[in-house]
Amino acid sequence: MSEGFTFTPENQKRFREILTAYPNRRAAMLPTLHLVLQQHGFIPPEAEPYVAELLEVPLVDVREVVSFYSLFIQERQGRHHLKVCCSLSCWLRGSDEVRAFLRENLGIPEGAVTEDGRFSWEAVPDCLGACELAPMAQVDERFEGFLTRERLEKLLQSLREETYPSQVEAD
Amino acid sequence: MPIVKLVSEFFGVEEARRLDWRLRHGGYEGARHALRDMTPEEVTEEVVRSNLRGLGGAGFPTGRKWMFVPKETTQPKYLAVNCDEAEPGTFKDRYIVEWDPHRLLEGIIICSYAVGIHQAYIYIRGEYVRPYHRLKRALEEAYAAGIFGGKVLGSDFSLEVHIHRGAGAYICGEETALLESLEGKKGWPRLKPPFPAVKGLFGCPTVINNVETLSHLPKIILNGGSWFSDLGVERNGGARLFALSGHVNRPGIYELPLGTPLRELIEEHGGGVWRGKRLKGVVPGGTSSGVLCADEIDVPLTFEALAEKGSMLGSGAVVVMDEDTCMVRALHNVEDFFAHESCGQCTPCREGTNWAYRILSRIVSGNGVPEDLDTLEHLASNMRGTSICALCEGARMPLQSFLTKFRDEFEYYIKNRRSMVSGRTPTTVST
Repeated sequence: MSEGFTFTPENQKRFREILTAYPNRRAAMLPTLHLVLQQHGFIPPEAEPYVAELLEVPLVDVREVVSFYSLFIQERQGRHHLKVCCSLSCWLRGSDEVRAFLRENLGIPEGAVTEDGRFSWEAVPDCLGACELAPMAQVDERFEGFLTRERLEKLLQSLREETYPSQVEAD
Repeated sequence: MPIVKLVSEFFGVEEARRLDWRLRHGGYEGARHALRDMTPEEVTEEVVRSNLRGLGGAGFPTGRKWMFVPKETTQPKYLAVNCDEAEPGTFKDRYIVEWDPHRLLEGIIICSYAVGIHQAYIYIRGEYVRPYHRLKRALEEAYAAGIFGGKVLGSDFSLEVHIHRGAGAYICGEETALLESLEGKKGWPRLKPPFPAVKGLFGCPTVINNVETLSHLPKIILNGGSWFSDLGVERNGGARLFALSGHVNRPGIYELPLGTPLRELIEEHGGGVWRGKRLKGVVPGGTSSGVLCADEIDVPLTFEALAEKGSMLGSGAVVVMDEDTCMVRALHNVEDFFAHESCGQCTPCREGTNWAYRILSRIVSGNGVPEDLDTLEHLASNMRGTSICALCEGARMPLQSFLTKFRDEFEYYIKNRRSMVSGRTPTTVST
């Protein structure tokens, strides 16, 4: 691997801490892959043999997990990613309109990234667990609900101006 | 029946997730009482007496579940806390973890003490970022105060708790898939037996309990099992959180005694159907449950009463649909979810959910043929009892019930190539 993936020294330390929570190394698979996501933004192919080696498992075990779970994305998303919940409660209250708005206002189809790399979006059939806010979307790490056109316009504006609090901190 | 405040006591109270505040408001007193004054057997007896049932969806009696774990074993025992809340319509566990994480942590101590568990994992779905951070902080505060670790609340009981984040797979809420996922594998449910109580996480005896279930334990221990069971009706102890959403005026979480009529939840607590419209249908227990018609809502919210109606109480997620809802598109939406979330292990589920979804997509786009309904019926009958876990049955129940109860809408849509309700055919039907 000439272009190999490695954890930063800080993440190597975190990885060692993760291991202490489990009786065997393989069980650390999900948290280790979350750490890759955190460091790299997606799971690059070269991270898979690295993780396999760290966890002392065959490469296929890592491949199987990466390909199974939807959060282990394998391509870079926009700096801001909007995930529109289209499950029953959100659909009943207008997720179709949210999708139409994003398609029109971001100028890209679902799954695409804007040319400047700022935005990507997708519509997911899985329920995000915030039906009381319907229609809602996950914007970066946050849940945003009652998505009317006005709210969506404001939301996109704050994302464009980079004033949106994308990260969730313990509060 | 009036709203009760058991696990929802501190929802909306900003200070409640701080340990010092929580300790001044009854936090960890149930666990303290259990550790100091009761034997593990006595704790289990109280929980059996309470009639508390699993509130993740299956409704299995909690105390009995614990009793399946062998007392004498040389292996470690584990607790897996199921916070992989993902059944469409369900958002109650998120409220507990966001607003009152210490109640869950206290419940974990009580369960672990009763069963003799010293290692617990909280499996929280990956999309729950704020809940994760709040839970993590609460756990750190509890550790720093000596609540967890070698001497739980100053006793001789030891307990380590870890938080494990999921990564976007509905199936991992199925208890054995959750164990696989905790072990670092893809979430494929296991064949039972052996049951997790005997051979669960890392091959060891394991209890898997839902967040809300565990969160009821502190009050059950302090007030006694009979206090809890008296709140509900026979065989359905206590109260639970109902997650109300869809076309209602006041969507949200309502904590009500079991046995409360569904009509009361929708009309009184939820403020009725929005925009002054009439009710058309209700999904009473997450989208895995069978749909009820408007004239079927005078049913008490108990596990048995809904089962008798061919539906289920499930996770307590009630989704309301008004008169303008196209039931063909609603079912298409529901089956899209199951087709997407089938793990692919069992053929009837993998093929059945996706086949049903493709047929429904064809109908919705105006290209259905009359035989499609027979094919869907046939599929539904072949999806019953033919798979390892309940996901397939969860896809079958809405399929069968929508087709039976709103058949005229499906026939109309196929014949006229448009919705009976909206008069339209959507241009894109990808989701």
